[in-house]
Amino acid sequence: MQFNIEINNQQVSAKRGETIKNVLDRIGINIPTLCYMNGFSPSGGCRMCVVEIEGIPGLVPACSHPVSEWMKIRTHSPKVLKARKVIVELLLASHPDDCLYCERSGACRLQELAVEMDIHDRKYHGKREIIPIDKACPSVIRDPEKCVLCGRCIRVCDEVIGVSAIDIVGRGSESRIGTSYNKGLNMQTCVKCGQCIMVCPTGALTERSSLTSVVEALNNPELFPVIQFSPTVPASIAEEFNLKASKDILNIVRAALKRIGFRQVFDTSMAADLHIMEEAATFVERLNSNGPLPLLTSCCPSWVRYVEELYPSLIPNLATPRSPQQIMGRMIKNYIASSAGIKPESVFVVSVMPCTAKKYESGQDIGKEGSYRFVDAVLTTRELNKIIRLLGIDFSALEPEPSDTAFSMRSSAGNLFGVSGGHLEGLMRTIHFMLTGQEMSPLKLMELRGLKNRKEARVKIGKAIFPVVAVNGLAQMKPIMDEIISQKNAFKIIEVMACPFGCINGGGQKLNPDEKNLKSRMKALYDVDEEEMIKVSHKNPIVNDLYDKFLGKPGSDRNREILHVSRNTDKE
Amino acid sequence: MVVVNTTEQKEFLTEKVLKNYSSVFDKATSDRLSLIKRERIDHSVIYVGMGTCGITAGSAKTYDAIQRYCKNHNPEAEIIRVGCIGMCSAEPLMDVQLPGKTRISFHHVTEDLVEDILNSVFHRSLSTDHVLGQFKSQSQEVWPNIPFIDQLPFFAKQHRIVTRNAGIISPNSIDDYLASGGYKSLYKTVLNYTADKVCDIITQSELRGRGGGGYPTGKKWMMALGTGSDQKYLICNADESDPGAFMNRSIIEGDPHRVIEGIAIASYAIGANNAYIYLRADYEQPHTLLLKAIDDAREYGFLGENIFGSGFNLKIHIRLGAGAFVCGEETALIASLEGKQGIPQSKPPYPAEKGLFGHPTVVNNIETLANVPSILENGPSWFKSTGIRDNRGTKIFCISGKAVTTGFAEVPIGSKLSDLVTGIGGGVRDGKKLKAVQFGGPSGVCIPTQNLDMEISYESMQEIGSSLGLGGLILLDEETCMVSLSKYFMQFLQHESCGKCIPCREGTRRMLQILDEISRRPREESSHETLERFKGVVELERLASVIKDTSLCGLGQNAPNPVISSLKWFREEYEEHIFDRKCQAGVCRDLRTFYINADLCNGCNLCQRKCPENAIIGTVKYPHFIIESKCTGCGICFDVCKFNAIYFK
Amino acid sequence: MNQILIFCNMNKEVPVHILEKYPAGKRDGLIPILMEIQDEKGFLSEEVFQEVGRYLNIPANKVYCVATFYDRFRFKPAGRYLIQMCRGTACYLSGSTTYLDEFVRQLKVSPGGTSKDRRYSLEVTSCMGACDSAPVIRINDKIYSRVTPEDLVRIIRSLKEKTE
Repeated sequence: MQFNIEINNQQVSAKRGETIKNVLDRIGINIPTLCYMNGFSPSGGCRMCVVEIEGIPGLVPACSHPVSEWMKIRTHSPKVLKARKVIVELLLASHPDDCLYCERSGACRLQELAVEMDIHDRKYHGKREIIPIDKACPSVIRDPEKCVLCGRCIRVCDEVIGVSAIDIVGRGSESRIGTSYNKGLNMQTCVKCGQCIMVCPTGALTERSSLTSVVEALNNPELFPVIQFSPTVPASIAEEFNLKASKDILNIVRAALKRIGFRQVFDTSMAADLHIMEEAATFVERLNSNGPLPLLTSCCPSWVRYVEELYPSLIPNLATPRSPQQIMGRMIKNYIASSAGIKPESVFVVSVMPCTAKKYESGQDIGKEGSYRFVDAVLTTRELNKIIRLLGIDFSALEPEPSDTAFSMRSSAGNLFGVSGGHLEGLMRTIHFMLTGQEMSPLKLMELRGLKNRKEARVKIGKAIFPVVAVNGLAQMKPIMDEIISQKNAFKIIEVMACPFGCINGGGQKLNPDEKNLKSRMKALYDVDEEEMIKVSHKNPIVNDLYDKFLGKPGSDRNREILHVSRNTDKE
Repeated sequence: MVVVNTTEQKEFLTEKVLKNYSSVFDKATSDRLSLIKRERIDHSVIYVGMGTCGITAGSAKTYDAIQRYCKNHNPEAEIIRVGCIGMCSAEPLMDVQLPGKTRISFHHVTEDLVEDILNSVFHRSLSTDHVLGQFKSQSQEVWPNIPFIDQLPFFAKQHRIVTRNAGIISPNSIDDYLASGGYKSLYKTVLNYTADKVCDIITQSELRGRGGGGYPTGKKWMMALGTGSDQKYLICNADESDPGAFMNRSIIEGDPHRVIEGIAIASYAIGANNAYIYLRADYEQPHTLLLKAIDDAREYGFLGENIFGSGFNLKIHIRLGAGAFVCGEETALIASLEGKQGIPQSKPPYPAEKGLFGHPTVVNNIETLANVPSILENGPSWFKSTGIRDNRGTKIFCISGKAVTTGFAEVPIGSKLSDLVTGIGGGVRDGKKLKAVQFGGPSGVCIPTQNLDMEISYESMQEIGSSLGLGGLILLDEETCMVSLSKYFMQFLQHESCGKCIPCREGTRRMLQILDEISRRPREESSHETLERFKGVVELERLASVIKDTSLCGLGQNAPNPVISSLKWFREEYEEHIFDRKCQAGVCRDLRTFYINADLCNGCNLCQRKCPENAIIGTVKYPHFIIESKCTGCGICFDVCKFNAIYFK
Repeated sequence: MNQILIFCNMNKEVPVHILEKYPAGKRDGLIPILMEIQDEKGFLSEEVFQEVGRYLNIPANKVYCVATFYDRFRFKPAGRYLIQMCRGTACYLSGSTTYLDEFVRQLKVSPGGTSKDRRYSLEVTSCMGACDSAPVIRINDKIYSRVTPEDLVRIIRSLKEKTE
């Protein structure tokens, strides 16, 4: 039902069921928000978005209050402005005030609000409480002193990731966001995805920085620093530094990384191709030998952790290939050791990922061989941007630099790993080939594309139909897992990415992305699939070369040792 | 001991009494009924007040003493545990009823007095010590020279609907309740009225929520009734955690079946088959009584499946609150019932549309529900004849603090505050002067003496910046410091804030901090600090208005009330704290200045040795002296002095 | 006993007879279960949260966080004597804060804490609803009402004697 309401003395049309904020957004009146998150049901907790309605004694939150016909609303009356200002002043009263040194400085919502509300002095002098920083987690660092208790992280962890690793401990002014018995975030249920960092309005949640160790390694003459980057990285750098997304961007990024001081630059996509080859072989083998199906993909470390901790009985369903990052790290160390005669310990492999969980993954025991790790340091896309700025790289002065390393070729299938559904699409192409000897036609699986949390497809291979599904946002998995356990699930393969929409929106990406950013990052990946000559992993000549000379057949015992992990399945 | 054939009595009560709409009985029935109601007795009956207030005053021991006495002297006497009649400060209360004589009540009956008093009653030679009064009765012989209970100042102005049976009948006995006309309304309702009709009757009666908000109960029920859903819930809110309020406890301890009947009627009216009683976990005795009442009601067929053959089913569950003041707010209460943190939600949607587990839910205070049976029994116009415009019926108030008589009293809404304070409460004890009345719990106000004339109603309380709250009244005498009382309330509220919305969570904390500054001993006394403190008061007002306007729930919106009201009426006391650094009442420890009375000091030297600041000088055996500038007001000297030589101003 | 019960009850921290009363996987049983466990065990241990969480299908962390919201739950065992001082207004006006200070001073225990020798725990509780008898102190199951300073001296002395 449509009706008119009055906003700031103007007649505006509104629909029943809309919130006041919906109407304001439509007509272009901005009101400040703090706890509000697009796509979530409003909590109405921060009270920043309050407006005045004639006839209602107090102020009401625009985010949750529905419109009614009789309403006369004022969005910026003196009463409203005073309330908003006091709210921000109250938040600042016990804030540590160390903006200059804060990770979030410049991208902090609280800072923005203080500017918007025109606050220039500290009105209330709260006693600063010293609360220790939670450094227990290898991926996410929490500084509770900077927390404004908006609850955004809790809701993401709860509703999107579905693990509820953090929640409010205590009540009222003594409440904190925390973990049970204040044990720190290195607990069972945290999957290290970093989505909480993405929604935090202040510097209370940040990634564990590897910046210093990387810069040190770059300057350590005894080390041979090399870098690998994930398929999503070029698009993200282009976005950050306003570069035109083109085919050249890959080579420009290579040039930049070289300029920073990395001796060799690798594209993780090649390892993704290897990953697909092994995964496809695993699937075929399980299909033929009645092995555990559905096959659960294993490229996302948050997801793998989720299965290991919460559904240990389904560990056998996980695919065994290592993640592309780990494969690449291992290949690089072996390759450089054999080609340049440098000990693997001296090769310092840095990887740039849109992900915080990869920091955790690289530190796991399975990421080691003897005395060395496959990956020595993981940078998020955000951290790489910082290094680029720190070292004064000017993109306009860079000449595109083609690859000069051995593992330079990639297929666009490996490149598609960056987006939910892309990995599965690439995998199906190779499975089709392995099962029938023919290429899938058409190659594209349009059902698996787009910004949806659950994308199903029924893939015809030969005479058989394979139902598969790509899921992003771990919370979506709970019902599916329960279905698998009770054997009510017909899917043959389930691709899971913990972060909503996949790595393009990973916990290590630029903060506060909007839908436009996500779409353009996704487009960049699918554009590569259009342009690239090689569109399937099994046609990547380097991959085939590796199998011929070094690894044997996909799925063979030799490469099983190198490219696969064995997971402890008797874990309770 | 009299042996009663319970099955037979049950049948008599449910068939002959309950199902008789007219309440006019034939002789045989009314004779039998008056026996059950103990209007006519053939053996002595002794009643002991065993409400929580009675028990804390020692009535359990009194009860044992009575039992011992009866075993030896009067084995056929019946001893009945009853709830509190309201005069809590007179507990332990013991009533004795001899065949043919009126029931007579004794106050402060500790165990050692039992024998003497019972002897005097049984020998019909009363001394007036410990006699409270006698109950009026048409058929029985009165005790000479003993006042009637209803003429005592404590009872004279009361109008008891909800507490009609409290302290009179046994809360353990469903038969007692049935004999007093109980469950008739439920019977009449489910067999004769549609749900619409019940909502209509309640709407017409103009009953408003007794939890403090004053929302029209009928309107709430209509909303829930009108929302389509396969499942609806009724919640009886008995999470009474307002300091100074204990009427919910008293209602349950006095007459639990009235609550059950009210819940059953309300559930019928909104179409709920499951009802919850959300009870404070600390209320152990009420919990036991309710459990028994529910069991008995089920046993009698008043709860469960197909009640009175009407097809109406109802199950009542009891849930204990785990201790959070904010859970008195309906959306927080619902969250808590769902197993979550008791954090309020924005309204709309209202619980009547989307409440417990997402279904339409009505949350009513226990006192509201306890009014319902009487309204159905006597009709809306009967109910409307009590009270004033828009404020119909009665309200129970709890009087505590420095009152002469503490307890609870039920009066028509619209009664004068002075009726409660001086009439029922009897004024301030120990000959002190009344300073103010703290009204409406922690989010209420302190009303100064010049306003004692005011009527108490939902609107009048709103006008003075409070809400009716649950109805707790605390009398304050002149030894109360208003600044530290405000601080106490602020402390309470900031501890109880759920933490969800910023103005309440952070704002109450800052208000408390400012109040702390005002009553704290200054680190250095400079004009700058005085200015800062003065600015603090201005800030208090600014913060208070924002907290009031923007907080999510009632707790936050009303949190500034105590401070705003005391600033309005006792501003000079704040100024005294700020500028003169004095606390007249001597409560703010930091602001006390100690002096030694040279006439009383014998120079024992103890204070000098104990003073942590070396602020006391003097020679042994000669009067000592306190250096004001060094004294921090810790009060150790005051505590240690054995000669009362130290005093403070 | 059903499967979930057996599964949840491996550590025996949570008595079966409590869980049995509430359906598995239904969150609204959470607070009653925790209250019953505390009534029986005196406090809630870490294992309790794990086991109850598993039974009701709620992350253990969430169970813990919900419990911390409510004043009633205790996460450490209380001392031999649990002293509960009412913080209602009537009790406050009759000097409950001074009494509290006295407990702190004499028994060397802080509000909300337990003395080092584990003899006493001191809690400031929400209004007990016995304002007519203020001030009220509860020690284990015994309620002291209208406590005068002299009573307090006696109470503390007898506490000390009992724990000697």
